[in-house]
Amino acid sequence: MPTARLALTSLAVLAFLFTACSPTPPAQTPGGEQPTPGGEQPTPGGEQPTPGGETPGNETPAAQPTPGGQTGARLGIIQSRGSLICGVNTNLPGFGYPEEGTGRWLGFDADFCRVVATAVLGDPNAVEFRALSADDRGPALSTGEIDVLIRNTTWTLTRDTEWGLFGPTTFYDGQGVMVRTDSGVGQLTDFQGLNPTICVQSGTTTELTLPDQMRALGVEYTQDTRPDIDQTYAVYEAGDCDAVTSDVSQLIARRTLFSDPDAHTILPDIMSKEPLGPVVPFGDERWFNVVKWATWATMQAEELGIDSSNVAEMRDTSTDPVVRRLLGVEGGLGTKLGLSDDWAFNIISEVGNYEEIFNEHLGPGTPFNLERGLNALWTDGGLLYPPAWR
Amino acid sequence: VAPGRQVNRAHGAVPWWRDVRVLRVIGQIAIVAAIAGLVVVLAVIFLDNLAATRLRFTLDFLDQTSGMELAQTPIPYRSTDTFARAFTAGLVNTLLVSSIGIVLATALGVVVGVARLSQNWLANRISTGFVEIMRNTPLLVQLVLIAALMRELPGVAQAIELPGSIFVSSRGVYMPRPLAEPGLGPWLAITAIAVVLAIVLSRLSSRRAEAGKRTYAMGRIGLAAALLVPVAGWIMLTPYSFDVPAIVGFNFAGGIAVSTAFTALLFGLVIYTAAFIGEVVRGGIQAVRRGQVEAAYSIGLTPNQTLRLIVFPQALRVIVPPLTSQYLNLTKNSSLAVAVGFADLFAVGRTMANQTGQPLSVIVLVMGTYLLISLLTSLVMNLYNRRVQVLER
Repeated sequence: MPTARLALTSLAVLAFLFTACSPTPPAQTPGGEQPTPGGEQPTPGGEQPTPGGETPGNETPAAQPTPGGQTGARLGIIQSRGSLICGVNTNLPGFGYPEEGTGRWLGFDADFCRVVATAVLGDPNAVEFRALSADDRGPALSTGEIDVLIRNTTWTLTRDTEWGLFGPTTFYDGQGVMVRTDSGVGQLTDFQGLNPTICVQSGTTTELTLPDQMRALGVEYTQDTRPDIDQTYAVYEAGDCDAVTSDVSQLIARRTLFSDPDAHTILPDIMSKEPLGPVVPFGDERWFNVVKWATWATMQAEELGIDSSNVAEMRDTSTDPVVRRLLGVEGGLGTKLGLSDDWAFNIISEVGNYEEIFNEHLGPGTPFNLERGLNALWTDGGLLYPPAWR
Repeated sequence: VAPGRQVNRAHGAVPWWRDVRVLRVIGQIAIVAAIAGLVVVLAVIFLDNLAATRLRFTLDFLDQTSGMELAQTPIPYRSTDTFARAFTAGLVNTLLVSSIGIVLATALGVVVGVARLSQNWLANRISTGFVEIMRNTPLLVQLVLIAALMRELPGVAQAIELPGSIFVSSRGVYMPRPLAEPGLGPWLAITAIAVVLAIVLSRLSSRRAEAGKRTYAMGRIGLAAALLVPVAGWIMLTPYSFDVPAIVGFNFAGGIAVSTAFTALLFGLVIYTAAFIGEVVRGGIQAVRRGQVEAAYSIGLTPNQTLRLIVFPQALRVIVPPLTSQYLNLTKNSSLAVAVGFADLFAVGRTMANQTGQPLSVIVLVMGTYLLISLLTSLVMNLYNRRVQVLER
């Protein structure tokens, strides 16, 4: 009996505690001073949805929802958390993939995560990578679970309005089709009358572009949609699909994983524009600016001929005002972003400029051997054009 | 003062806070309040977090053009159709695989359940092994394994041809589709005439026989006509033809195509659920008292008759409620289709969620649809259960 009574009493106490607590909104702490480490909760619920001082009742979240808290909060949260949560691909060699043996995330996209982390925290290793499937990346952004998504994600109008804000394109790509070399198909129109089965990954723009293009060409085909990047290419390699479609860079990257890469050809047809770049959750322009300018800093450095080997020398000796502003010698541009003035210097010395990142993961020394093409600087006939550095 | 208190306690006039009846009521109120409080706290957190995202509930996207292509659609569907149409196609796929799966799993499950009780050593051991392996490994793992094994089948160009122009390849099974030809109408007409004639003749014959008149074997003539005319007509008019699948380009065209994804999912669901149904059936049979069987034997029924006429009808009463659960499980487990690339309700829903940017709405829609399917299945099974139970005396 005494134990039963004790149990009842404690339940009653608990009930009062719950009912007493429930109507009270979480305490308001302006400036994100009370951070809930993002690693512990799927949605950083601890971040305050309302600016400090206002009563929650007056807020109209439906009008302009702000995932991840009030404008400007995320930068502070990342700084106090001490790491950047960056969404990357699960397994895409060259872009985002875990290194065999160590599990360290490598690749072009992973390095841009390091670029952003270095800008904010001065440390390229202060990144918490989140491997996301194509289907999962949208919700991860709209819930504000990740700080930035750098996962070969195509910039589209729908995503720009439904998922988050797209930063500068880091890689200009196009959708292509890969077939077995012995299939005798040399271009897309050769598929006419051949009734092919084409593999495609769900949750991608390619999933929608393929039906459009095939309809325009009048090609009858069967689409085999798979939820997972590994499964998509496994089914194609096993011969259950006659072709596989994706961004050309991805086709090239995944081809290197095949047992016989030379037996597969990428058709010359480019079906679409695929500008790939970083995406940040809605509602935090200050954070958006940090991601944008950190990305541009790598391009600006290349344009100015600054790389990781000469950056220290350039800072100490250069008289070029643009170089001096970029590297934080003058201008105080970092402060305007809420960062230290040596933020861009850190990016280039710790990670490198755009050319170094590109060449390390995708360039001539790699299995992919990609040309710069559209991804050259504007001065070299490409599309990379960082805005004015002042 | 002290003696007074002792007297009170002795007479049972305990203060309310020590009265068990009062405490019981308070305790129940406390538990209800605790649960309600917890629900409120969770709801507030949920709504708070929801408001902080762009997720909201809307079904506006349903009548927009989907733009997505589906691999297998039992109903006509193209990427120019609406999301609603795509959703329906996924729903039909789910219903198709579930209903066929339920029928096959029941048949196999009954066999397995009976075999587990069999005196035959081999049948007994095989079914026991089957049940233990299927029941104790995850369905998802089984599905992935089945899909991987089916991928080892020969490709389209080297497809195995079975008698009757049935082709088996790693992409699916292709079989001829029967088609109606112009001769079908006349054939149906003459068959109908022959059958009517046979019925009239047989009536006439029996009436004449009753009246003691000669029948001129009219009944047999009628029967012969009813059999011979359709056969002769079938041969002469050829009211049918077959659309035989043939390789066109990279794939088979024509005929009926059953994709590997569908087969793998169906096969996985059937053998997995059959193991559980087998156990349900075994339990049901064992719940019939031994005396019933002995009584049946004593009046000379064979073991087969005993099972069919005595044991099964009584076992059904025990079997039907847990069987319903297995049917519901099979239907819900069909959502694992996404692992083998079959475009079921959930797989289509996933794609829709992504392409519309409305995961919340789509998930609610998908959940609601599964709920509806399950409730309807339960309803049907409960009605059936009631019918079975009425037999009790």
